Amino acid sequence: MKKLLLATAAGALLAGAAGAEEIKLGLSLGFTGPLESMAPGMQQGAELAMKEISDSGLLLDGSTVTAVTGDSTCIDAAAATATVERLIASEGVKGIIGGMCSGETIASLENVARPNGVVMISPSATSPALSTIEDDGLFFRTSPSDARQGEVMADVIMERGINTVAVTYTNNDYGKGLADSFQAAFEEKGGTVTTNSAHDDGKADYSAEVAALAAAGGDALVVVGYVDQGGSGVVRAALDTGAFETFVFPDGMVGQALETNFGSEIEGSFGQNPAAEGEGRETYLSMAEEAGFDGSSAFSAEAYDAAALMLLAMAKSGSSDPATYKNSIMDVANAPGEKILPGQLARALEIINGGGDVDYDGATSVELVGEGESAGSFREIEFKNGVMEVIGYR
Amino acid sequence: MDILNALVVFLNFVFIPAAAYGAQLALGALGVTLIYGILRFSNFAHGDTMAFGTAIVILLTWGLQALGISAGPLPTALIALPLGIALTALLVLGTDRAVYRFYRRQKAAPIILVMASVGVMFVMNGLTRLLIGVDEYRFDDGARFIIDVRTFREMTGLPEGLALRSTQALTLVVAILVMIALFWFLNRTKSGKAMRAYSDNEDLALLSGIDPERVVRLTWIIAAGLATIAGTLYGLDKSFKAFNYFQILLPIFAAAIVGGLGNPLGAIAGGFLVAFSEVAVTYPWVRVVGYLAPWYEPGGLMQLLGTEYKFAVSFVILIIVLLFRPTGLFRGKSV
Repeated sequence: MKKLLLATAAGALLAGAAGAEEIKLGLSLGFTGPLESMAPGMQQGAELAMKEISDSGLLLDGSTVTAVTGDSTCIDAAAATATVERLIASEGVKGIIGGMCSGETIASLENVARPNGVVMISPSATSPALSTIEDDGLFFRTSPSDARQGEVMADVIMERGINTVAVTYTNNDYGKGLADSFQAAFEEKGGTVTTNSAHDDGKADYSAEVAALAAAGGDALVVVGYVDQGGSGVVRAALDTGAFETFVFPDGMVGQALETNFGSEIEGSFGQNPAAEGEGRETYLSMAEEAGFDGSSAFSAEAYDAAALMLLAMAKSGSSDPATYKNSIMDVANAPGEKILPGQLARALEIINGGGDVDYDGATSVELVGEGESAGSFREIEFKNGVMEVIGYR
Repeated sequence: MDILNALVVFLNFVFIPAAAYGAQLALGALGVTLIYGILRFSNFAHGDTMAFGTAIVILLTWGLQALGISAGPLPTALIALPLGIALTALLVLGTDRAVYRFYRRQKAAPIILVMASVGVMFVMNGLTRLLIGVDEYRFDDGARFIIDVRTFREMTGLPEGLALRSTQALTLVVAILVMIALFWFLNRTKSGKAMRAYSDNEDLALLSGIDPERVVRLTWIIAAGLATIAGTLYGLDKSFKAFNYFQILLPIFAAAIVGGLGNPLGAIAGGFLVAFSEVAVTYPWVRVVGYLAPWYEPGGLMQLLGTEYKFAVSFVILIIVLLFRPTGLFRGKSV
């Protein structure tokens, strides 16, 4: 009799626990490799959202969320694939926040996430190729595609009355993707691209590349590169030989190093990078400061949004099963519903649990378009008196 | 007017960069050729000796800058150079004592010494990275331009601009001074004559009372000096990154072999030949031609090879020269 009572009690406990579970989310980010300095900020952003939701106790009858990290290396597709394989197969994660770089993300999506039916939300992979990839509705991203940036950049240049430009890009997936999408957009709007040629990172001397660009000519030089790498080298050589005076900088080049390296030498040059303005971002920055990290670190806010979206979708669909909640991600991200900013995740869960709709705006004004990628808002910058100034958002 | 514009474009984009690069290659090739002529092996560690020497010079430059010492319009690195050369010389003398002397006493075949130098190269490679790291450093200070594009345009009224960086001019001046000093040393001093005698015939030199160890030591010291100067000039003109010094080993060897290994004059000619071919073959000539022959409208950029193939040019020259003149343009020792 005693045993029977005990068994019943245990059974009741188990039944109670079945509702609340421990949900694991995988973070596949490049903790080592060329973007290793960005990965910690992204991890902290994602974990901030997970903690907020765990602490609220409102997700799926009080389920808790924990993060499992894995190193995607950013450049080694095989290593990233192995990492995601481990996260899914041996850690049993319900979703992946990652990958970090485009090539690695494509590889782990195609080889592991898609065959296993696990949702991936990348905060930072921007290659246009990911827009059209076969993903069974499993892949989303909280950053805009570079195809979009190409169009924005074409607009920015056109509006300044510049019709012919030369383009140089860093010789990889990011550089080529953005340079090609820009060229297509610019030519469609009636502009002329005199040359679209690659430069390799890590060289001492870019005078030969700049000589070729100068020979092709143009009113401005579009530098699709990295500010800590060949991009700055190209700008330096172009300034020294007087080949170009006005430069256009997309996201890989917009950094403080640009101001330190060149200052007033690139007066009047301009550019844009994905960044949101407004209340959501401000709130996120102060939340991050409270949590003890720098929220303005690149793609940190996007990582927060990626984790929040994934968990809100679970709440919406009432299940942590990727096959079920993948259909709810677009619902929670877009209208209709109440606007949700960072720090209001508990409120969002209350609304969802009460059967209502939410429109998650988050730290980066999330609006998912197309196959599930951020429409993206861009910050336009210009060099005035040797200082990089934000002149607007579009 | 058009001819002047064509000339300015040519000077700005081809002649000045190629001349500075050629001088840097020539100094490097002189070191390689000297070691080959006297110690009779191709020193693969030369590129990394350049990197090591430059790293020392950079560290000393930082020290000097911290003390507030500068050379006015000239880069501070020039003050640091002599001590840098001395320290680099100590290192190469140390490697000679530890590695090469053993093989010399064994009368080992040149190929064994070459392989030993590959080993030394990897050790120095690591040593440089331990010393200063793998990052890129710029250490040129002082005046940046002798003449910049804007001033030139205002002075001449030409639409095309011309820039001459002070590091480019400095490279050429220092390279010419070093070359004159080297030839004076080899041809006019007793030690220089001893080195040449040792290079021509080791046994005869021994018979006439020349101390071979002294000749070897002198050679290493001079090679270290040339390497440090070449490396520092290259770093001042472009930037210092340890890996780049490994890469310019290839054009340096091409220059030394094209000119004729063991022949100092050949090394200089080879350096400039390789540099000018690299730049000229990958330069799009459309603007120069546009000024000279405005009636001729080429469809493309008139570029023979994309800039990605820059390094390939040195090898094509190397192959052509070795096919037709196996001892190089200036009759060096056969390889």
